[in-house]
Amino acid sequence: MNTLQLRGVCAAPWGQALLEDIAFTLQPGTVLGLAGPNGAGKSSLLQLIAGDIQPSAGQLTFCDRALTEWPPQERAQRLAFLPQMSLLSFPYTVEEVVRLGRIPHSSGYQGDSDIVEQALGLTDTASLRHRLYTQLSGGEKQRTQLARILAQILGQESLSGSLLLLDEPTSALDLAHQQLVLMATHQLAMRGCALVVVIHDLNLMASIADQILVLDNGCQIALGCPEQVFTTTLFKEVFGVDVTIGHHPQEGYPMITPLRPTLL
Amino acid sequence: MALALTSGAVSLSFLDVGQGLIDTVLGEAANQNALIVGQIRLPRVLLAAVMGATLAISGAAMQGLFRNPLADPSLIGVTAGASLGAALIIVTGGNLLQGYIGLSLVSAGAFVGGVIAVLFVYRLATSANGTSVATMLLAGIAITALSGSIGSLLEFFADNNMLRRISLWKMGGLDGANYPRLILASVVGGALLMALPRYAGALNALLLGESEARHLGIKVDRIKLALIIWVAVGVGTSVALVGTIAFVGLVVPHIVRMLAGPDHRYLMPASALAGALLLVVADALARVVVAPTELPVGVITTIVGVPFFISLLRNRHHYGMQ
Repeated sequence: MNTLQLRGVCAAPWGQALLEDIAFTLQPGTVLGLAGPNGAGKSSLLQLIAGDIQPSAGQLTFCDRALTEWPPQERAQRLAFLPQMSLLSFPYTVEEVVRLGRIPHSSGYQGDSDIVEQALGLTDTASLRHRLYTQLSGGEKQRTQLARILAQILGQESLSGSLLLLDEPTSALDLAHQQLVLMATHQLAMRGCALVVVIHDLNLMASIADQILVLDNGCQIALGCPEQVFTTTLFKEVFGVDVTIGHHPQEGYPMITPLRPTLL
Repeated sequence: MALALTSGAVSLSFLDVGQGLIDTVLGEAANQNALIVGQIRLPRVLLAAVMGATLAISGAAMQGLFRNPLADPSLIGVTAGASLGAALIIVTGGNLLQGYIGLSLVSAGAFVGGVIAVLFVYRLATSANGTSVATMLLAGIAITALSGSIGSLLEFFADNNMLRRISLWKMGGLDGANYPRLILASVVGGALLMALPRYAGALNALLLGESEARHLGIKVDRIKLALIIWVAVGVGTSVALVGTIAFVGLVVPHIVRMLAGPDHRYLMPASALAGALLLVVADALARVVVAPTELPVGVITTIVGVPFFISLLRNRHHYGMQ
């Protein structure tokens, strides 16, 4: 079974082509990183997979079944999306926000409470549970929303057949919480959950992604493991930046260091 | 409620009221007290309670749908449309408007006007990509302004008697209360009070944002349409029966949210209760303050509600509102 498969997918929700000819396959338990400059179509691709944008061509299957054929509630039990920004401006407590993630399920109050506990633990938000969401800092809000997304798909021991879409989950987090979120994504992948992640810190991305898809102007430029994809030519051509590529001292994944243009 | 039954131009003791109620139930509505309580005050107090609950729960649903604590049922054009409908009937009705039939005609005009306005707003905001709440808000403002200016135009051509009727009607009042009206209000209000809380979970998710609610498996467009229809019918009926009563739909859910939190599972029933209470109290005040003359109840709800609301606004950080 493939968790997600895209074949020749194009999208043009407002007339202009936003995504062109995207094709990849995601197995259970693998992490796909989306890289590319601002406006390349990374968030659009996530929205497309989440069903917010309809493809204008190509096929998109989730667990071997066309995405549009999934009943909304059943799909919501297995597919969760963390958007870049959150609009919530009502004074829910953190625990109430996380519990909203259980809406698609009918696991009962006690069952929900256990899963909410797990989600709070994974994101280090248990100590915030009685705080009002509107009074949290940006990073705390981001962790609360992540906990809500986790509560939405957690439940069974095996998460194969589940898919998480994370749009910049670490953008407002300090170093310790960035590592915590990476650990949490790693744990989910170990349990069979597939993930599609947009992170602008490419070193972070290289540390968790099994595969990386590079987008530029809505087109798929490269797809492969980090060592294959991250080359000095790619950074020059797509990002317009000179870099050197080293290796992480313990784990061995590529580490990108930008070189400053020579100042006159 | 009991207190509201005792107060009025003719002041009665609790004992009188009790006796009057018993007489009414037994069908011995001969004495004066029984007439006052059974025929005038009881339907009036009950009508106030039902309409207050209807307005407040509609307000709670609209604030959730628009994700804006300052939204109000009138935002979708229903109140303005209903006012225009009523004004049209008053101005064009002429001799038909005598007595009971006239009152019913004006109410029917208000209901039809309100529902047409909402349908129009909904059509304007709906495109192939679904219904945009932001557009609906703007369309509601546009339709409200349009109805308002057509209403002003009608008033310009109206004579003194019509003008007075229009402006009294706009201020809202429960003085037309009788059992047929109460039954109509109870049927609509009861249906609304049963139906809207079923959308509590969906409204909770909608506070996160529309796409977030969709990702949680909620059929957002269907819920939107259903809520709009319920609110249009509920508020349309209330405007038709008791005129425009300002503030209940806006402030009651807001106050309840500050005290009980934004969870719609508690917010909606609590708002309904508080709305009923506010309107019953306001109507009792309207009857006694300058008795035997009655003040328009809309004036009282505003005068009672605003100071309370302002004091809550001053402490809003305590309740987590920005």
